[in-house]
Amino acid sequence: MNLDSKIPEGPLSDKWDNHRFSSKLVNPANKRKYRVIVVGSGLAGGSAAATLAELGYNVDCFCYQDSPRRAHSIAAQGGINGAKNYQNDGDSIHRLFYDTVKGGDFRSREANVYRLAQVSTNIIDQCVAQGVPFAREYGGLLANRSFGGAQVSRTFYARGQTGQQLLLGAYSALSRQISTGQVKMHTRHEMLDLVVVDGHAKGIITRNLASGETKAWTADAVILCTGGYGNVYYLSTNAIGCNVTATYRAYRRGAGFANPCFTQIHPTCIPVAGDHQSKLTLMSESLRNDGRVWVPKKAEDCGKNPNDIAEADRDYYLERKYPSFGNLAPRDISSRSAKEACDEGRGVGPGGRGVYLDFADAISRLGESVIRERYGNLFQMYERITGENAYQRPMRIYPAIHYTMGGLWVDYNLMTTIPGCFALGEANFSDHGANRLGASALMQGLSDGYFVVPYTIGNYLANSGAGTISPDSPEVKEVMESVRERVDQLTSSNGNRSARSYHKQLGQIMWEYAGMARNATGLEKAIGEIQDLRDDFTKNLLVPGSGNNLNAELERAGRVRDFIDFGELLCRDALERNESCGGHFREEYQTEDGEATRDDENFAHAAVWEYKGEGKTPARHKEELKYDNVKLAVRSYK
Amino acid sequence: MKLILRVWRQDGAKDEGRFETHQLDGVSEDSSFLEMLDQLNEQLLEEGTEPVLFDHDCREGICGSCSLTINGLAHGPEDSTTTCQLHMRKFTDGETVTIEPFRARAFPVVRDLVVDRSAFDRITQAGGYITVRTGSAPDGNAIPVPKDDSDKAMDAAACIGCGACVASCKNASAMLFTSAKAGHLNLLPQGKAEKDKRVLAMVEEMDNSGFGNCRNYGECSAACPKDISLDYISKLNRDHAAAKVRKIFS
Repeated sequence: MNLDSKIPEGPLSDKWDNHRFSSKLVNPANKRKYRVIVVGSGLAGGSAAATLAELGYNVDCFCYQDSPRRAHSIAAQGGINGAKNYQNDGDSIHRLFYDTVKGGDFRSREANVYRLAQVSTNIIDQCVAQGVPFAREYGGLLANRSFGGAQVSRTFYARGQTGQQLLLGAYSALSRQISTGQVKMHTRHEMLDLVVVDGHAKGIITRNLASGETKAWTADAVILCTGGYGNVYYLSTNAIGCNVTATYRAYRRGAGFANPCFTQIHPTCIPVAGDHQSKLTLMSESLRNDGRVWVPKKAEDCGKNPNDIAEADRDYYLERKYPSFGNLAPRDISSRSAKEACDEGRGVGPGGRGVYLDFADAISRLGESVIRERYGNLFQMYERITGENAYQRPMRIYPAIHYTMGGLWVDYNLMTTIPGCFALGEANFSDHGANRLGASALMQGLSDGYFVVPYTIGNYLANSGAGTISPDSPEVKEVMESVRERVDQLTSSNGNRSARSYHKQLGQIMWEYAGMARNATGLEKAIGEIQDLRDDFTKNLLVPGSGNNLNAELERAGRVRDFIDFGELLCRDALERNESCGGHFREEYQTEDGEATRDDENFAHAAVWEYKGEGKTPARHKEELKYDNVKLAVRSYK
Repeated sequence: MKLILRVWRQDGAKDEGRFETHQLDGVSEDSSFLEMLDQLNEQLLEEGTEPVLFDHDCREGICGSCSLTINGLAHGPEDSTTTCQLHMRKFTDGETVTIEPFRARAFPVVRDLVVDRSAFDRITQAGGYITVRTGSAPDGNAIPVPKDDSDKAMDAAACIGCGACVASCKNASAMLFTSAKAGHLNLLPQGKAEKDKRVLAMVEEMDNSGFGNCRNYGECSAACPKDISLDYISKLNRDHAAAKVRKIFS
């Protein structure tokens, strides 16, 4: 597997400039000869499809939802980082770059992260011009807030709905291109396979979820913007429909999958209430700006009303352990600390799996109305779900799977190991290393879509020349046949277990052995249990109805089938990475006081997995990560 | 809790459709309305029938996928709440709950409780955007926006495009949706240049999509899970009238 990262020559700050200059361009008149497929319509997909269409390319954009505006980027709450230094508090492109590399526990690629920090400022400008109603000061200028893992205020936000507003911005740009006919939008379409001809990505196979029709689409390039794989854990903050199928199928067709074990557990989610639970709800990390995290010092206090527990009997454990970052310690560290407190028997709420996030101090300092203005919608959401009023008693929170840093391996051009197949946003692995900082996912999605791929795809297209293949060609038909067989196999499953029950069981295995803390024995056990689960799935799955119309059970069964295989890959990756870094915490590798121990000598690389065939062990390759501009250090937030 | 569910089943746009009644036991009051439907579907699977189809995705009240008219109310009885955020503690043990799709001529049924709301996308495509090419934007702080205007724009932009406004209006008017999108952009200095064109095009597309006329009943705003105000409708009416006049004299 060729893992040439194609990092441009020159000093870090000149690389992107140099690269743009040395990349080939496609003449404006020739752009209309090219057709590009974009799968997904979130921040990455929506922005890429709109921008490529503005440039003159013909774009086919696909999403499984009934409208491109519903992609899960919409649920991001807190904000988007931009190195504008509007607050005059010492921010710069280099600082955002450094914070991101450090936050990622030194497992991301320097050059990509630097470019991300560079274009972060353009993103803010672009979104403002589109009419994104960012929060403003009374003077009419943009407001900022601080966020986990940073000591400057560089986060732009639109109340607690930043993802929604940025997505509606991208959706409006996309809508403009749909109205001109430059983008053809295909809603309720799910990508089920990638077509690779002579080593190049040339199209996709989709299933129309409403009519059941499977169809081949061909193009000069395919861009996958299909998000992360958090739903492999069943319970996560992802939308119910989020799935790994597009990227996993690309992996099976030859795209390397990097660092699947780098998953992020978000520290502030509403705890699990019971067996009926279908998803977990995030409370924005921005709450940690004003809320203080604590648990009772004594286990016997856990059942008490929190307001009756005296100040002296509370353990504000983040402030105690990490005095300089306090409640704003990065996500992985905050999550693990919560787990530790609960493991010690000091957790609160159902099952003892929760910690308090307390606003009493902030309310007495600033007044309830200020807190209401900042977080009103979040408090309201909390009350709907739990029936509790967080102005009067502390919220209960617990970590949950939220984001996945791993994804398809891409080079500096965001191209996977299959030429012509690109991956953007959460679907790729490139920018967040082993842990993502808050407000950086929105930044990366929009950076990739608005400002990176529109340049880098030109270089690929100019070199490969225009020429889509016919959807009737034998290579396409072969892939189409295999997809039809797969769908038929699922629809003829008449066992006795629903796809949901398998998904739930898979999630339990993953959370138990590959969740917040992992160890070799557990991971080996997980791999065995997943293999048994797959056998059971093949024999006992039940899918009602046919494949010829809207069939939610069939959709779920296909996604769960891929999650099962992918879960095994994730565990394998976690097992091979004999170190603790970022979101990947291996219990064997920790200091005496429970901090992660990274192994830079042996693991300063991205692990890239190559598919070797059904039932065969995949091969693990490495892209060594070189750090010329930052010094690898123990990540300290003390 | 135990519930009697009267659920709408319909095989496709051309099918007549009918209610089916099911009894569901052991519903947790901590579960959401959609989790209750998940439970019903598991029961239907066990009984060998096809599950009930409904649109849903984020399940945190922001994507606008979920719909459902519950006991005659779009998104059910709780104010400012989408169906996915509605929890069963708002219902009583033994209650009969009637579940229907969002009904409107412009929202044809796809299957069961799933409807086609693509008319909303077409209204946005007609003019719900500011024309700005990627890369051509001035500095974010080049145009100060008064906080009050920005806040009002945000109030309108909070619309999730679910269609509850249409489903709750007896004329099935889409004025609240259209006015929220137009209002969001028209209130901002960035959106002024295309204001007249936007308003005329969006209203025209709305009329062509088969939505009814607005008669100021106000049901839309009452049903809106994001509390979009009726003020945006009056504002759109004014902007539309002014744009028409300016068009005649230009």
